[in-house]
Amino acid sequence: MEHTPPPFFLRGPAPLVRLAFFASLSLTLLVLDARFGYAESIRSVLALAAYPIQQLARLPVALAEGVAGYFGSQAQLRAENAELRARLLASAQGAQRFESAAAEASHLRRLIGAAERIERKSMPAEILYSGRDPYSRRVILDRGTQHGVHAGSPVVDEVGVIGQLTRAHAFVSEVTLLTDKDLAIPVQVLRNGLRAIAFGGGTSGMLELRYMAANADIESGDQLVTSGLDGTYPPGLPVASVVRVERDATYSFARVVAQPSAGIERGRYALVLSGATRLPPYPETAQDKNAKLRRAKRKNADGS
Amino acid sequence: MAADRPQAILLPVRAGTIAVSFGCALLLNFLPWPNLALAPDFVALTLAFWCVRQPRVVGLATAWGLGLLVDAGNGVLLGQHALAYSVLAFFAIALSRRILWFETWSQMLHVLLLLEGAQLVALAVRMAAGAEFPGWSLLVGPLAATLLWPVVAWLLLMPQRRPLDIDVNRPI
Repeated sequence: MEHTPPPFFLRGPAPLVRLAFFASLSLTLLVLDARFGYAESIRSVLALAAYPIQQLARLPVALAEGVAGYFGSQAQLRAENAELRARLLASAQGAQRFESAAAEASHLRRLIGAAERIERKSMPAEILYSGRDPYSRRVILDRGTQHGVHAGSPVVDEVGVIGQLTRAHAFVSEVTLLTDKDLAIPVQVLRNGLRAIAFGGGTSGMLELRYMAANADIESGDQLVTSGLDGTYPPGLPVASVVRVERDATYSFARVVAQPSAGIERGRYALVLSGATRLPPYPETAQDKNAKLRRAKRKNADGS
Repeated sequence: MAADRPQAILLPVRAGTIAVSFGCALLLNFLPWPNLALAPDFVALTLAFWCVRQPRVVGLATAWGLGLLVDAGNGVLLGQHALAYSVLAFFAIALSRRILWFETWSQMLHVLLLLEGAQLVALAVRMAAGAEFPGWSLLVGPLAATLLWPVVAWLLLMPQRRPLDIDVNRPI
């Protein structure tokens, strides 16, 4: 007869075995998430579960802000009003000029047969809080897939680009800021049209233009705007201004540091731009062509 | 539980108490903290407390599930906190028989080591995944959480201190 311990001695597998099990489970998830991006569906379900707790946690702060806003002094409001009026006047003038310039540009584009630029839809969003991860630079917006935003859309404020929407949940979405180490944005020097790619500088809060030749025509004070070459960002949005150019003879590249134009760490409101520009498909590479030819030949040989 | 001090006999813990405490910890964790590196991780602290007090009830499965929830809520790599909390729970359970014999200050030293260890596990994971090093201020969060240990211990043991029906004639 087989002897089994009475149930009150049964304690399941040994602690070390449990640790090994859960650690390997975590590592599998980590690899799936970091290397292959397979964990997005699990993440969205879990994020939906955590959403009510997050909203509840935001409640006291929102309430305090509401009360502070209610008691905002009249003088402050009047000053703000006057300033906004002045800015509206200034921007109205700019907008009129822009409209006529845009009409002229589209006319010229039609003349030379270039693809017409698609008007992008934009959606205002409020920045709820900064991302809860000290290892990256992100903010959370109050718009999600339910409101029609998509991952990949550029996000701007009233001055310029602040980042890219990298993850859209049901009701909120995550924006990776320009200063994040993993974000790159194609830019152009406004003065001479020199193209470059700006990378986030991480904790320094700056941008870095890598792979610029040591003799590249770039100097501090240059304005950088999006070049629009990637099809993600519309061209011409202000990105940053160059603050420092270090040219060292021992390196073949110049070290260019730029300060973001937009209020990346400050603003409360942002605009999510949607709709990608229409780009022609990539031309076939020589390898593809050869493979196609070979396939066609084989087909012919089989047929005859 | 120091040998020379009088000890109150505690009521058995209720599952509801543990669940509510974890809910509150999650809520506190999801508050919009201005500087995240300095904010204490309440979930890790509560988890360490229950793993020390109730190693048969709260274990690695709970730790792993909570870790996943925190990961998804924070929008970080899925599995980062799950791994850190699993390691934390393992060592807290391993130390559970030892920690309770000490005074509060010595308990806090143990807890500090546990929480810093969990933070370092998370740091190792993120560095391996290619993130940049956010600075040594990362180790301040666990320190702040450790300072909260006496408060948390007092608060979380409160439901077990008072009897269900107060009977003045009962000897204990």
